[in-house]
Amino acid sequence: MSDRLRVNPITCEAHGLCAELLPELIRLDDWGYPIIDQAEVPPELLELARKAVDACPTLALALERAPAAERPGAPGPPRLPRIP
Amino acid sequence: MSATAMGAAPGPSGLPRLLAGLDPRGATMTHADHVRVHGELPRSSPRQLIEAVEMSGLRGRGGADFPTAVKLRSMAGGGRRATLIVNGSETEPASAKDRLLLTRLPHLVLDGAVLAASAVGAGTVIVKLGEHSREAVRAIEGAIPVRPAEPVDLHLAVGPDGYVTGEETAVVQYLNRGVAKPTFVPPLPFQRGYRGHPTLVQNPETLAQLALIARYGARWFRELGSEADPGSALVTISGAVSAPGVYELAFGTSMTDLLAAAGGASEPLQALLVGGYFGTWVQASRAFALRLSREELRSVGCALGSGVLIALGERACGLHESATVIEYLASQSAGQCGPCAYGLPAIAESVRALADGVAHERERERVLRWCAQVRGRGACHHPDGAVRFVESALSVFGAELEWHRRQRCTAPPVGLPLAPGGAAGPLPAAARR
Ligand SMILES: Cc1cc2nc3c(=O)[nH]c(=O)nc-3n(C[C@H](O)[C@H](O)[C@H](O)COP(=O)(O)O)c2cc1C
Ligand code: SF4
Ligand code: SF4
Repeated sequence: MSDRLRVNPITCEAHGLCAELLPELIRLDDWGYPIIDQAEVPPELLELARKAVDACPTLALALERAPAAERPGAPGPPRLPRIP
Repeated sequence: MSATAMGAAPGPSGLPRLLAGLDPRGATMTHADHVRVHGELPRSSPRQLIEAVEMSGLRGRGGADFPTAVKLRSMAGGGRRATLIVNGSETEPASAKDRLLLTRLPHLVLDGAVLAASAVGAGTVIVKLGEHSREAVRAIEGAIPVRPAEPVDLHLAVGPDGYVTGEETAVVQYLNRGVAKPTFVPPLPFQRGYRGHPTLVQNPETLAQLALIARYGARWFRELGSEADPGSALVTISGAVSAPGVYELAFGTSMTDLLAAAGGASEPLQALLVGGYFGTWVQASRAFALRLSREELRSVGCALGSGVLIALGERACGLHESATVIEYLASQSAGQCGPCAYGLPAIAESVRALADGVAHERERERVLRWCAQVRGRGACHHPDGAVRFVESALSVFGAELEWHRRQRCTAPPVGLPLAPGGAAGPLPAAARR
């Protein structure tokens, strides 16, 4: 079980602090919202990741312990292969 | 014919199944007629019912295609305060199957709801409909009081329309707080839903299928379709076909037979939109070779979703139609998540520019980059469905981009529906097969 970074997109207000503090794992999209390229946080970045989580002004960024595995009843369309 | 134990009654052979006894003039089936066609509600233990659903291989028909038995099992032990929500929102503009079931065969849906609620021990059933479904509201209002004493409380709730209001967390939040917008998950409804208790959200067709499985058994269910895709499905076919409407078809049916059921193509076709506005375009030549099976559809990047099929005639412009759809989807964002609220309108604007032939040199690449950026970054799957649609449009109609830059496209719009309940205006007159 590893620590994973997750953004709550509803509460995130694109302050961008997280990407400044943790550019190794977080970059911003064209509208200033964070993209987490790799959710699993390697041990050497854990301290920085915690700092980024603490710095987020809206508490939108979180470190989760449990793997975000498939849960029954997950809403929405099924994951499909990309269009060739 | 009355069934007392699971699968005791011999089921009807062939089709129709769900649509058996449907009044061709459009009347709502009475409870007495419903019992005459399908028999009384079977009495079976929760364990028996969940096992039958598992063996049947039934999957959700609301678009997510999730195994229904897994959802039922996740709820088991929720207690009387658990709730089952019949998600009759049917917000997909080109879909009419849920309205057809709820309006014309309300007791089949309510049977399934009562059976599923009992199987998971839930004490409450809420049928949630959108304001656009006026006939369905009337039919359910009429159906609830005439049902014999039920082991669960039946309620009706009517909410606002809008594409994302049918998403399950939006349905739950609407019932809890009057806000029809998705919430961040977890908790998923089965963990904490209506009034904070475990809540099962199912599509009306899923429940109608369950009502038949409870009566006739899993083996009967599997008499149609294949091992991997058992049973029948309701498909709403519209666009360039002679008889648009809702049809019940067996899984495994060829796309050609599917179109034939809707009276055949009304003009030569260039493409089919499979799975509604969250779906994918497929070139007609490729689509004709397909069968209604998950594996075959997936081989061309498609899924049946909620069973919506739109035929696009040769004279229409796929790029302009796609721009209209993505503009609509962008307008339907709940506006809560940046990637969805800003990304989808930007993508829509670019797709329109591409269709109008006024886009920058590298606009297509920019759209594809945005699609990749936006995917998976909303609280709900609205952006995922929207970008899947756009990617398929640029892939299937990509060859026309250059032509659109050189010459003004004069194809008239086909008038795709842009509001829930928009498919062919009122309910399709006849559901054949
Ligand atoms: C944006 C969006 C809109 C949706 N609209 C509907 C809808 O109108 N009706 C529906 O049954 N499911 C809809 N769904 C799927 C539901 O979230 C949920 O998966 C479904 O109701 C579960 O029922 P089922 O397992 O019986 O398919 C929608 C999903 C998304 C992401
Ligand atoms: S710091 Fe918080 S609010 Fe700002 S972009 Fe990162 S997650 Fe969003
Ligand atoms: S992803 Fe879009 S539609 Fe879904 S909750 Fe966020 S803003 Fe609303």
